[in-house]
Amino acid sequence: MTEDTAARAEDLARTAYGRLLAIIAAKDGDIELAEDCLADAFAQALHSWPEAGVPGNPEAWLLTVARNRRHDIHRSAAHRLSDPIDDLARGGAMIAQELDPDAIPDRRLALLFVCAHPAIDPAVRTPLMLQAVLGFHADAIARAFAIPPAAMAQRLVRAKRRIRDARIPFVVPERGVMSDRLTPVLEAIYGAYAIDFPLVAGIEPRDSLAAESHYLATTLVELLPDEPEALGLAALLSLSLARRPARGTIDEFVPLHEQDTSLWDAGLIALGERYLHHARALGGMGRFQLEAAMQSVHCARALSGVTDWRALQTLHAALVSVAPTLGARVAHAAAVGRVEGAHAGLEILDSITEEAAQRFQPAWATRAGLLAEAGRVAEAVRAYERARSLTTDHATRRYLERQRERLHG
Amino acid sequence: MRYALLIHYPQPAVSTLTEDDRKAGMAAFHAYAKALDDAGVLLSAEVLQTVASATSVSVKQGKLQVQDGPFADTKEAFAGIFMLEVPDLDAALAWAEKCPAAGWGTVEIRPSAVRYVDGAWTNAS
Repeated sequence: MTEDTAARAEDLARTAYGRLLAIIAAKDGDIELAEDCLADAFAQALHSWPEAGVPGNPEAWLLTVARNRRHDIHRSAAHRLSDPIDDLARGGAMIAQELDPDAIPDRRLALLFVCAHPAIDPAVRTPLMLQAVLGFHADAIARAFAIPPAAMAQRLVRAKRRIRDARIPFVVPERGVMSDRLTPVLEAIYGAYAIDFPLVAGIEPRDSLAAESHYLATTLVELLPDEPEALGLAALLSLSLARRPARGTIDEFVPLHEQDTSLWDAGLIALGERYLHHARALGGMGRFQLEAAMQSVHCARALSGVTDWRALQTLHAALVSVAPTLGARVAHAAAVGRVEGAHAGLEILDSITEEAAQRFQPAWATRAGLLAEAGRVAEAVRAYERARSLTTDHATRRYLERQRERLHG
Repeated sequence: MRYALLIHYPQPAVSTLTEDDRKAGMAAFHAYAKALDDAGVLLSAEVLQTVASATSVSVKQGKLQVQDGPFADTKEAFAGIFMLEVPDLDAALAWAEKCPAAGWGTVEIRPSAVRYVDGAWTNAS
């Protein structure tokens, strides 16, 4: 019975945490205080539910207890301000239990915009979302980002105090500024998926956060159903996650074109395709939709058995024009190499002259592959060696070694 | 080419570490050393005790001076060294940025000049 209740509370913590926190914190912008009150409410639930039974509407119960707690804190701190929400809360748990669960508003969208507000340091936006929306403990976030727990906790506290003290509003931006304000939200959600984990030796935290990133993206789409780029991000993450089971182990990296398509998750692919379809119908092309479209082309191999490289080349060229990052340009060179031959691919690679490319492992791995195809074996071997020396990831290094050994064989 | 990754971090941070912080730090250093070793680039690794345990020695005008404490009292103190054998500075940089200490201190990369091997000083590269 106790175990059952604990499991129930845990389950609620996962699904309802962000919803409840968004409501409590929106009142005065104090996320830290809201977290404390919510933690108290969960603790009280674990204490009283095993005996009294799980209330009919557990979310409303937790919300009421958390609000009462905040009210007590405010009162003990000699706050005598009138607080209509707390007045409602004083009505007690009886009323709360009668509340319709759907009547509890979902303010998580405003909370997401707060976490990725332009006034918040970009480096802390993703951790802040993981904590405020998903209830992640600072220690777990610190592990994922490979930062000492004390340092991560300090960054989070600083960001939360900034939100409170600078009075960053808990609102969904108006239509006119929506696209500008949405981009950092999308990037922060994507950030949880794309963390460049400093090390993977023996630890693989990326799986768990990839799932959380996907959850945030699909939540965002539920709350903001007609934003093409939000749909694009949800599609991108669905389609990328679908291929995860085929991506190899921490010792062995299996590149996309060698993956066994029967290991891909058909349900996630279908979900991703639905998001992408909806985004296309809305119009307006953006970075995430383009990347999702590329994933879609790759996933199509599960059915057709072939990869449409021409379509990929077009998409890569479009991505370079929208978001000309180093990674996008290198990937474009690889796609051109596939379609128009190694020489054309190398020409594009050579046109990337910025210094950072010299230290960018994918640029060297791509160059090595193209050189090998062009029959320039000695240069290819050197490029593979260069790529390998820049790689700190075990599985990737093994893969590059295998590629280089093939040239000798 | 042989490179030294010289790790510096603030000493107060060490003294205020909790047991959990210390464990997490050790786990991170363990994973890092293992990754370097697996990649075949690690020559040696050593993390030192705090500067509180340092003793500095110098001989000035023929007179031995033993000083209780570090050679230089700075906010960020020398805390450890990783010796690597990698092709070039870019490879050393790739590893240095993954060093756990880069998150709470500074990692200085210094190429080795000469080293003593088989009874003679030899160019390190």
